[in-house]
Amino acid sequence: MLQPGVGMIKPAGPLGAAPPGGMLPQGHPPPGPHQFGQNGAHAQGPPPQRFPGPPPVSSAAPSYPPYSPSTQSSYPSPGSSASMAQLGSQLGAMHINSYGSGAAPPSQGPPGPASAASVQGPPQPPQPSILQPGSQVLPPPPTALNGPGASPLPPPTHRPDGLPGPAPPNAQYQPAPLPGQTLGPGYPAQQANYGPPVAGAQLSYPGGFPGGPAQMAGPPQPQKKLDPDSVPSPIQVIESDRASRVGQVYATNARGQIPPLVTTDCVIQDQGNASPRYIRCTTYCLPCTSEMAKQAQIPLAAIITPFATIPSNETPLYLVNHGEAGPVRCNRCKAYMCPFMQFIEGGRRYQCGFCSCVNDVPPFYFQHLDHIGRRLDHYEKPELSLGSYEYVATLDYCRKNKPPNPPAFIFMIDVSYSNIKNGLVKLICEELKTVLERLPKEDQEETSAVRVGFITYNKVLHFFNVKSNLAQPQMMVVTDVSEVFVPLLDGFLVNYQESQSVIHNLLDQIPEMFADSNENETVFAPVIQAGMEALKAADCPGKLFIFHSSLPTAEAPGKLKNRDDKKLINTDKEKILFQPQANVYESLAKDCVAHGCCVTLFLCPSQYVDVASLGLVPLLTGGTLYKYNGFQMHLDSQQFLNDLRNDIEKKIGFDAIMRVRTSTGFRATDFFGGIYMNNTTDAEMAAIDCDKAVTVEFKHDDKLSEDTGALIQCAVLYTTVSGQRRLRIHNLALNCSSQLADLYKSCETDALVNFFAKSAFKAVLHQPLKVIREILVNQTAHMLACYRKNCASPSAASQLILPDSMKVLPVYMNSLLKNCVLLGRPEISTDERAYQRQLVMTMGVADSQLFFYPQLLPIHTLDVKSTTLPAAIRCSETRLSEEGIFLLANGLNMFLWLGVSSPPELIQGIFNVPSLAHVNTDMTLLPEVGNPYSQTLRMIMGIIQQKRPYSMKLTIVKQREQPEMVFRQFLVEDKGLYGGSSYVDFLCCVHKEICQLLN
Amino acid sequence: MATYLEFIQQNEERDGVRFSWNVWPSSRLEATRMVVPLACLLTPLKERPDLPPVQYEPVLCSRPTCKAILNPLCQVDYRAKLWACNFCFQRNQFPPAYAGISEVNQPAELMPQFSTIEYVVQRGAPSPLIFLYVVDTCLEEDDLQALKESLQMSLSLLPPDALVGLITFGRMVQVHELSCEGISKSYVFRGTKDLTAKQIQDMLGLTKPAMPVQPVRPAQPQERPSVSSRFLQPIHKIDMNLTDLLGELQRDPWPVPQGKRPLRSTGVALSIAVGLLEGTFPNTGARIMLFTGGPPTQGPGMVVGDELKVPIRSWHDIEKDNARFMKKATKHYEMLANRTAANGHCIDIYACALDQTGLLEMKCCPNLTGGYMVMGDSFNTSLFKQTFQRIFSKDFNGNFRMAFGATLEVKTSRELKVAGAIGPCVSLNVKGPCVSENELGVGGTSQWKICGLDPTNTLGIYFEVVNQHNAPIPQGGRGAIQFVTHYQHSSTQRRIRVTTVARNWADVQSQLKHIEAAFDQEAAAVLMARLGVFRAESEEGPDVLRWLDRQLIRLCQKFGQYNKEDPVSFRLSDSFSLYPQFMFHLRRSPFLQVFNNSPDESSYYRHHFARQDLTQSLIMIQPILYSYSFHGPPEPVLLDSSSILADRILLMDTFFQIVIYLGETIAQWRKAGYQDMPEYENFKHLLQAPLDDAQEILQARFPMPRYIHTEHGGSQARFLLSKVNPSQTHNNLYAWGQETGAPILTDDVSLQVFMDHLKKLAVSSAC
Repeated sequence: MLQPGVGMIKPAGPLGAAPPGGMLPQGHPPPGPHQFGQNGAHAQGPPPQRFPGPPPVSSAAPSYPPYSPSTQSSYPSPGSSASMAQLGSQLGAMHINSYGSGAAPPSQGPPGPASAASVQGPPQPPQPSILQPGSQVLPPPPTALNGPGASPLPPPTHRPDGLPGPAPPNAQYQPAPLPGQTLGPGYPAQQANYGPPVAGAQLSYPGGFPGGPAQMAGPPQPQKKLDPDSVPSPIQVIESDRASRVGQVYATNARGQIPPLVTTDCVIQDQGNASPRYIRCTTYCLPCTSEMAKQAQIPLAAIITPFATIPSNETPLYLVNHGEAGPVRCNRCKAYMCPFMQFIEGGRRYQCGFCSCVNDVPPFYFQHLDHIGRRLDHYEKPELSLGSYEYVATLDYCRKNKPPNPPAFIFMIDVSYSNIKNGLVKLICEELKTVLERLPKEDQEETSAVRVGFITYNKVLHFFNVKSNLAQPQMMVVTDVSEVFVPLLDGFLVNYQESQSVIHNLLDQIPEMFADSNENETVFAPVIQAGMEALKAADCPGKLFIFHSSLPTAEAPGKLKNRDDKKLINTDKEKILFQPQANVYESLAKDCVAHGCCVTLFLCPSQYVDVASLGLVPLLTGGTLYKYNGFQMHLDSQQFLNDLRNDIEKKIGFDAIMRVRTSTGFRATDFFGGIYMNNTTDAEMAAIDCDKAVTVEFKHDDKLSEDTGALIQCAVLYTTVSGQRRLRIHNLALNCSSQLADLYKSCETDALVNFFAKSAFKAVLHQPLKVIREILVNQTAHMLACYRKNCASPSAASQLILPDSMKVLPVYMNSLLKNCVLLGRPEISTDERAYQRQLVMTMGVADSQLFFYPQLLPIHTLDVKSTTLPAAIRCSETRLSEEGIFLLANGLNMFLWLGVSSPPELIQGIFNVPSLAHVNTDMTLLPEVGNPYSQTLRMIMGIIQQKRPYSMKLTIVKQREQPEMVFRQFLVEDKGLYGGSSYVDFLCCVHKEICQLLN
Repeated sequence: MATYLEFIQQNEERDGVRFSWNVWPSSRLEATRMVVPLACLLTPLKERPDLPPVQYEPVLCSRPTCKAILNPLCQVDYRAKLWACNFCFQRNQFPPAYAGISEVNQPAELMPQFSTIEYVVQRGAPSPLIFLYVVDTCLEEDDLQALKESLQMSLSLLPPDALVGLITFGRMVQVHELSCEGISKSYVFRGTKDLTAKQIQDMLGLTKPAMPVQPVRPAQPQERPSVSSRFLQPIHKIDMNLTDLLGELQRDPWPVPQGKRPLRSTGVALSIAVGLLEGTFPNTGARIMLFTGGPPTQGPGMVVGDELKVPIRSWHDIEKDNARFMKKATKHYEMLANRTAANGHCIDIYACALDQTGLLEMKCCPNLTGGYMVMGDSFNTSLFKQTFQRIFSKDFNGNFRMAFGATLEVKTSRELKVAGAIGPCVSLNVKGPCVSENELGVGGTSQWKICGLDPTNTLGIYFEVVNQHNAPIPQGGRGAIQFVTHYQHSSTQRRIRVTTVARNWADVQSQLKHIEAAFDQEAAAVLMARLGVFRAESEEGPDVLRWLDRQLIRLCQKFGQYNKEDPVSFRLSDSFSLYPQFMFHLRRSPFLQVFNNSPDESSYYRHHFARQDLTQSLIMIQPILYSYSFHGPPEPVLLDSSSILADRILLMDTFFQIVIYLGETIAQWRKAGYQDMPEYENFKHLLQAPLDDAQEILQARFPMPRYIHTEHGGSQARFLLSKVNPSQTHNNLYAWGQETGAPILTDDVSLQVFMDHLKKLAVSSAC
């Protein structure tokens, strides 16, 4: 580090361990049991981190390039003159967070103990199994870094107290170390007696900087390296949450409780609030006023995955059927009956929890109340006792008041020259024969009600009549692509079982039929149009599976030009690359949504195909975009087939419309995801499947009350795969607080990153990327500065103090900033950037977490007898070793990295070849070797792949060979290959920002 | 000396020509005063089993503006090996091949009996016949089934190397690709969108892709057949395939809601058919055969909307200008017809439905291209089935009775000019010295295109005498006319048939008797009728009738013998005696009367009237009535109500209908079953006789007439009663109950009244 003064993170608090919920305003009574509900029983702090050694030690770390502000391009310089007002307006424009204008330090009094004290949860017991010997010994202060100047503090000592003043009497500090705290080697048992607990981590500059950040811009001084081990580790956070929660039952009975991390496996029991699998919030405690929200600049958002997959050991959603009467709803705000409705007057009326309107209970729904004012049938009715459930919708909820038809799947295969030549057409046709047996169906039904249809196309479209009574399929060519239409009705969409022989006949013939085709040109918009018209004509919703591979250059609507211009990168016009080329696609998407036509696109491009344009309809219709660059049969077919199978089988709802209702005082203002908005409140989706999440941002329009909290009800009206119209309701109650500390305590970093990623990726369409990056950095700094100012105990300005709930926000934010979408380089194809942008827009929290912080597992230390995954390690090159084999997965790609000195027995076991040199890296599937290493490794890969929406393509990478460059892009804690700073550098940068803000 | 009747008959048999006047007036004024224009009915391809075609090319006059063909009327100088053109008097050298010519060694074209001669032209590769079926699928199930069977049957009648294509239409239009194995493939078009020829060809992939760089294969021409052959295949290759394809044809699958007509895209289907042939086989003989079971209800060329509650236009609507789609649709089909004609293809329409199918709007397609028009109630009737089969009938040489892409050129000697033609033809707009400025029918040209031509097709060709009254043609001369018909024979050969005729000029003043005697009243009646019908297409009905009456009166004034103002004294010579009667029946005929006929029916009748030969045309004008009785052999009787007697069986042939009518007594006998008793076998024979005769007519007639078997008091007897001259009606009661005939309940005037009026007007000096 070239900064004058090396930042060191000081141990936060005496023991560093901040409880997950761990911040309480001093001087206030504990706000009630809910806050510590989980703490008391089993909550444990994160494992403490080793206290860093003296600076000279860490300066030897070779892989970290020196941090230099002058070379830093991706962040605004802390001393930049960008005014706050300017920033605010930018923020407003890009939807990140328009509280920006309130960035000035709050006008409240100096942060005193009363407002800044934080509560320390019990320290977390260390998890020896996840620790690398030598890399993570467990010093007590988990999240603090000390600069050299702070060296007087030896590991087992008190934290360098940033909290002067007496310990608040009511601090929720749990003095007794838990039994688990019999720590591993090197863990000093010390934290027992810290009076004033402080949450979060602190970074301080050695000796403090009297001049504050201004001096940081001074002449570079010889700098000492910050020990990467001393900065907050995502792995540690993940593992500690896992350690405390795994295998437990998480009941959603309390308002505003913070769920386990997405990376933690536990059983969730619905006791009145929606499972975090369905809804996750950026914070579970909303600020009471918009001023507070502005002050903190923490986005208030919920990431809703209405159709999330539920593990088999959790209860599936109950179906409520009120027959003709339909769902019971509030007369005023139309909220659906839910646990938040308060029954009064002996059960004759109920008060809506959302709008407070008092409604009569419909006669058929009447029930007496018990002594605590609860209906006698409380536990018999899902809608009274559960957070999530479904209603059977009545005809009023159907299009044209007619019950919907079961959906249809239409397979549309590009049969132009390249697809024939690379064998894709044959592959698809072969695969469809088996995969069609597994069309989605209701659990209780024998066969699927989904009908299927087939279209092939190049620059004209071929429809197929596969009516069951035909001996041969019939092909109908539509050449009028300028105004495409459906040439047949009867026989196009058929029941697979009935027409099986004709369909198989067709699938056998398609590859032959076009075998001699040398048509290179394709159309695209007319293909979607045709599918949509077919569904419209059949009066049913459905999904188009389009297998496409080239830029549609044939003369037709939606014709695209090759406009890939690398010169635009890093200019203000870069956004153009992400915008669709033709307006056709936008209006087409609108039509598709209006007719419940979801488009899923399988792209196999060999060159630029303009993903930004082609992907628009899939994005807006709730479909999925799959991309296989330069598809090669032997490398990509497995991944492709897995994706295809998975996509056909996955749980899905059609013709959906989502409405998020909130209790008074706040409302949903912005939506991100695979949706189409015709108005400001209803998110329309042609279809929504189990992997699609919608991120909803909330804003205040009034004060919120701490007593009633904040309620969210998400209702999705949709058509099932069997053609039933249903309403899926998710309810969630959040806390409200007028204390900023409560807010910071209840934040969820994974959800925050999801929100930031989506809002930033949405903004790239309209804003220069540089501005977006600046805003992201500024907002990160602002959130942390606000905490520092208002919640943390006073400490040296040189200290970086992070709230416990946001401890790892910087590393994730850094990864987001380094993502190729936000940081363009000519080496990265424009299509890839557009693709990743689109991908992230519909991601749920679990997927975005993995995407921005890949999972890196050591394989060489594998315990072949265990079925659990080995402990992950941090994504940094320093964590790799020449003797090791590592597996990295980010949800799209999987890498198996082989160190140059990989143990031969492992190589033999996994690849069945004698040495590393014999390993053929040209494979995407590990050989099936009977060796336990191979079996375990393949099992692990299977587990990682499970539940992920995209099939990950495996790449074998040998250390020090060219493909390693690709692999290294995923080591997100390191300095990026194509720019983008390392985690430590970023932390320093943020710290400088904070310092500047504080001054 | 032979009578004029024999002369006329002889000429007709040899040349297929009947002139209204066989001696021509020598000046224009005289000609106009003779009322009936100088005109002829020409049957260009009249079957001549005794005339083998000659296998060489005709010798042309070398004058570029003339180019008449050497014929028996030319003067030949055998010694100098020169011949003089009888049209322009140019002296021409014989070609080298004629070196051996002499008085005793004459080429056929110089012999008088070869005034009509046919040459086979060897130039150019023979191109196969092309049949493109355009099939409506919005039919009832049994109708479609019957049609499919007929189509399958027709495949077996086609010559093996003929190309066939199939287009089906309903709400969409499908062009079926016939070459593919396995999956049957078709190109589908929206039925509502009008496409230009280029668009159609692009969409069907008929235009060669613009590949500028293709040095590998320079043999571009080879590509052509492969492109077009996707849709048009030799029948021997795809016989089975197409039979299966036809067998699998389904009714149009789009649902037809209650109270709606099926959406039928006839206009687009035809347009695509035309575009397909235009792009692949221009100027090659081809038939587009449209089979439709209802009116076009959408897209360009729609005739009626799909709401059943709005009926299709009637004559009443048209008169009230209430037929909102008519003009636009007509325009669409006219545009198509003209394009088709320009390409030398023809369009047939086979319309079978109980209601109208839009023939009024579509009539120009067959009319301008020489195609057939067939109208029936259902495809599942013998009327359609046999008519359709008859299209593929063969002549004595085993060739189809159809010719394609014909052009008819008329050359006249200087004293004559050609004023126009009426028939299944379009003008080629060839102006020349022999083209008159006055038009009668389709004029302003000396050449016409007749894309589809069969041996009975007959054109009316109208002439004008050039010479002014003060410079009449000298006596003793002869005027000559040469008809040259280039056409593609059904054996795919190109042929030229040349007919050269000449008639004497006569001075009207001095030789009126001659001229009168040479009047062919039958030909004249048909020629006048064609003019009348031609006018009726564009003028109001009553105007045409008035015009026709005036012409008749003027003729009677000119050629009748009478004393002024004395109707009783009026007489007409034999050669004119039948003419007024023809006109009487023509006035009552469906060609000029639209009452009781739908616009479609009128179009249908007029279509056939404009193309049949003289005999058939006369039957149409004045149906033939035969009477069968025990009193003697069958005899033709007057088309008069007095012929309807109780003990007679009547057989009426109106061309479109064959009616057998049993008199009251006969019907009673039959009811009593006498015909089954051995002792009344003669009665059985009597009943059988008209049936046999009717069969004979049915065998030869195209299109198949409607066959009606009825009896006294039967509802279908109206067909007979509406045709006969109402000499007895409820108004002249004296005949009531007598054995002299059957009264007709009508207010129409009878022939007697008509004639009385005519006489009165003819002798009147007022007009």
